[in-house]
Amino acid sequence: MDSATTSQVQLTVNGKPVTLELDTRTSLLDMLREHLGLTGTKKGCNQGACGACTVLVNNRSVNACLTLAAMCQGASVTTIEGISENGRLHPLQEAFIRHDAMQCGYCTPGQIMSGIACIQAGETYSAHAVREFMSGNLCRCGAYQNIVAAVLEVAEQAGGRR
Amino acid sequence: MMPFAFQRATALADAFAAAANRGRYVAGGTTLVDLMREGVETPERLVDINALPLHEIRLRPDHLEIGALARMAQVAANADVMRLYPAISQALLLSASAQLRNMASMGGNLLQRTRCPYFRDVTSACNKREPGSGCPARDGVNRLHAILGTSEHCVATHASDVAVALVALDASVRIASPEGERRIPLEQFYRVPGDTPHIEHVLRPGELIVAIEVPAGPHTEQSTYVKVRDRQSYEFAVTSAAVALAVDDGRILDARVAAGGVATVPWRMRHVEAALIGQPLSASTFRAAARLSVEGAVPLTFNAFKIELLPRTLVRALETLETLAVPAL
Ligand SMILES: Cc1cc2nc3c(=O)[nH]c(=O)nc-3n(C[C@H](O)[C@H](O)[C@H](O)COP(=O)(O)OP(=O)(O)OC[C@H]3O[C@@H](n4cnc5c(N)ncnc54)[C@H](O)[C@@H]3O)c2cc1C
Ligand code: FES
Ligand code: FES
Repeated sequence: MDSATTSQVQLTVNGKPVTLELDTRTSLLDMLREHLGLTGTKKGCNQGACGACTVLVNNRSVNACLTLAAMCQGASVTTIEGISENGRLHPLQEAFIRHDAMQCGYCTPGQIMSGIACIQAGETYSAHAVREFMSGNLCRCGAYQNIVAAVLEVAEQAGGRR
Repeated sequence: MMPFAFQRATALADAFAAAANRGRYVAGGTTLVDLMREGVETPERLVDINALPLHEIRLRPDHLEIGALARMAQVAANADVMRLYPAISQALLLSASAQLRNMASMGGNLLQRTRCPYFRDVTSACNKREPGSGCPARDGVNRLHAILGTSEHCVATHASDVAVALVALDASVRIASPEGERRIPLEQFYRVPGDTPHIEHVLRPGELIVAIEVPAGPHTEQSTYVKVRDRQSYEFAVTSAAVALAVDDGRILDARVAAGGVATVPWRMRHVEAALIGQPLSASTFRAAARLSVEGAVPLTFNAFKIELLPRTLVRALETLETLAVPAL
């Protein structure tokens, strides 16, 4: 039985096919940052406890730090670098700027990816619902008020507010 | 992290063969990858079981069947689970974060390891991680540790929320191996630490959990899960309670009670149930029964408050059901 400690993985990142031969220990987070140069996704705790590394895998939000790259065979991954279209920011990115929903900005990519998942899930009927859905994203600067306001605004624009 | 080999299993037979070759199953990886990075777990080979057909949730005539690879988020949002087994859905929604619930499987959830900080820290002694090395939690930082089911060798809590709801609702796990399948009540699946805290359950090496089964009954619809935490979300339980009641004309016909955050394994409380059954649905019934929950509890330096908090958590859960039991006008 194969006992190699590297593994080949083929997946799609922000719409582009990628094939990599990686040490099996490589997390999806390190794959994105170290191997693909996509440093928008941040490493906060590396333990699933902060949400800075949130990306979408097959359109569901996950912690990239606890995801092994080898387990993403065939998956479609979307990171903060993949959400703008034709050079235009995603509506939630624009709303974050309008609402000043950040201070240091370290948690922001994760917040935005989680916010996109929140709006998609329709969990935007109240500020409380947004806070609960996004509780896996800590903000040490305490920008929560403005983050929630930005998410609610985009949900409303998208008609997603129930 | 120690280097390891990695392979994907596409059929049960592959998984068993890989496990026999010192392989360790990985589903969501949210426990295993985390503990491998801490050096607490050091498997030589990981066997990715996610391609196995164990993702379905099915409502059978006399029970609910949850595939071991169903995700926490998927089970929590399942319409049958929400309607017929609300305590299961609630316990899941009160667990971890949206991201982790998308990743984590139900089988992995049952097998998650304790959050005791001494267990997670390889520079510290821990009888669970290194048998015979000692238990620093006994005289250390033990505010979040157990008061029930402890031994002098280990006082770590079992951290799963949904396991508490499942134990209350008489769930069983179906376990497969090359020899066939066996079914074990979840309550008997877990082992209290005693003098072997490193042995946490009855799963044999290479055995695979394939499904969780929860029987139907008149009480399951009237079930709820209450979790008390240090912060409102994304936090493990300080105390928790899963309760279910079958009620007729203001009298309790049947009851199920289990507690979390307080015990070394998900803790079923049959003596509390016995004190509820046959009694009128009332605050005094709840309080008298809940008092019994801490009989035999052994508090540590910093967690004696749980002796007060646990009965209150149970009363809160029972009161939640009482409100539901009042027929809508
Ligand atoms: C920050 C954080 C917060 C959390 N908060 C909570 C919380 O509030 N409440 C709560 O209940 N949980 C909480 N958790 C724990 C989380 O729910 C578990 O980590 C998760 O459920 C484990 O599932 P998994 O599929 O990721 O397991 P894995 O990590 O893949 O596996 C865990 C273990 O189970 C074994 N295994 C997996 N599937 C099978 C199978 N089918 N048969 C046999 N063996 C198997 C693996 O070999 C491994 O030993 C939290 C976790 C984190 C990181
Ligand atoms: S870096 Fe992944 S959750 Fe903190
Ligand atoms: S803006 Fe600084 S951590 Fe959120």
